[in-house]
Amino acid sequence: MIEINNLTKRYGALTAVDDISFKVDPGTVLGFLGPNGAGKSTTMKMITGFLAPTSGSIRVCGHDVAQAPLAAKSCMGYLPEGAPSYAEMNVRAFLEFIADVRGLTNERRNSRLDDVITRLGLQGVLPQVIETLSKGFKRRVGLAQALLHDPPVLILDEPTDGLDPNQKHEVRTLINDMAQDKIIVISTHILEEVDAVCGRAIIIANGRILADDTPQKLAARAPSGRLDDVFRSITTSSAASGVAAHA
Amino acid sequence: MHNIATLFRREFASYFATPLAFVFIVIFLLLTGVFAFYLGGFYDRGQADLMPFFNYHPWLYLFLIPALSMRLWAEERKSGTIELLMTLPVTLWQAVIGKFLAAWAFAGVALALTFPMWITVNYLGDPDNGTIAAAYIGSLLMAGGFLAIGACISAATRNQVIAFILTAVVCLFFFLLSGFGPVLNLFDGILPQTLIDAIASLSFLTHFGSIAKGVIDLRDLLYFGTLIIVWLMANAIVLDMKKAD
Repeated sequence: MIEINNLTKRYGALTAVDDISFKVDPGTVLGFLGPNGAGKSTTMKMITGFLAPTSGSIRVCGHDVAQAPLAAKSCMGYLPEGAPSYAEMNVRAFLEFIADVRGLTNERRNSRLDDVITRLGLQGVLPQVIETLSKGFKRRVGLAQALLHDPPVLILDEPTDGLDPNQKHEVRTLINDMAQDKIIVISTHILEEVDAVCGRAIIIANGRILADDTPQKLAARAPSGRLDDVFRSITTSSAASGVAAHA
Repeated sequence: MHNIATLFRREFASYFATPLAFVFIVIFLLLTGVFAFYLGGFYDRGQADLMPFFNYHPWLYLFLIPALSMRLWAEERKSGTIELLMTLPVTLWQAVIGKFLAAWAFAGVALALTFPMWITVNYLGDPDNGTIAAAYIGSLLMAGGFLAIGACISAATRNQVIAFILTAVVCLFFFLLSGFGPVLNLFDGILPQTLIDAIASLSFLTHFGSIAKGVIDLRDLLYFGTLIIVWLMANAIVLDMKKAD
């Protein structure tokens, strides 16, 4: 369960996230949609405890992110934007490091490592230095790192960015496979992805939630029945008028 | 403790994952040797001690230690891994301490590899090995001081070159020159002697010098201990204040 109440983040005069509230229940894949600079990444950084909110509160699995950061961080897996990882390490050493920090030991450590390595097809690159991997493999290593402790909550910032169509398909299959019992929040600006994996979509622009519904119902709002048209009309009209029409 | 140990191992191994460890150790050993034998007149003095070797450590550390510390946090910022690190279930303190100790241990390895100097002086004469041991401890503590300053400055920027230069400048002006004889002599008669002594007591040179003479005084240990703790606290505060940029 993720509960976000009146979350706001200001950088000086700029309000990146403006008083947003929502809840996500287990078994939901939530798509976070919005133009660049809408506040998607900032929101995710606050949920994962990297940035402190200016005001508002976040609870993840019952733990307040500000008051019990370690407990909250323990139940989340996070793929930051751009999938950063320690470039000079090899894939195996990197995943083992994450396993150690996540407190995995013995049997469970080995079985979880095997599981993510198989799921993400990393067997062939284990001894390879991360720096030398292709973009697709780097992204997979980032995903493996996020899934390693089998967390109930996954926060994935643009998990398919920069991947080729086949790799995108694989990542979407992976997300669908895990969707039953987890909360998965993904941010994206690829609308077909929302159709493919998300049960719920939140459209955000200028730091505000403009729509929150199933992708099907959102698409039905446009005469054409296409999600792109809804996205464009919602996000451009709010930018033009500066007024958020909360759904 | 477990997390500090895990972060320590990763950081320590990362020095050896690139040529940095090799280059650093080779340059360090070469320069300590050159300084001791040529500038320090190791043979000409005709004394069985390692003073000409240890005397140049502060000046070597001035530009070698910032090369170790500059990457500690600036690299994490630049590559974005700071976001990964800070969203893992570790506290800010564990990260700061784990990284610092890894850099310090690496400096310790480089220092330990100067043992042929010690063998040489024991072969040639009959030195006071207690004094030499004290000087090694003093040198390691001083390296820790340089590293704590460097770690803090590295946390303030994403640019390693800036971290290097700022660290060297801060160390030079505040922690070396403030205890350097010729500089202090300039102020003789201008400033009261107590003030000059107070300034000198802030310097690495003063405290390292007294330990290197073979006297491990509690005040010198406290000086380095406090200095390291204060700069690491500043390191944590800087990180907390500007995590995102």
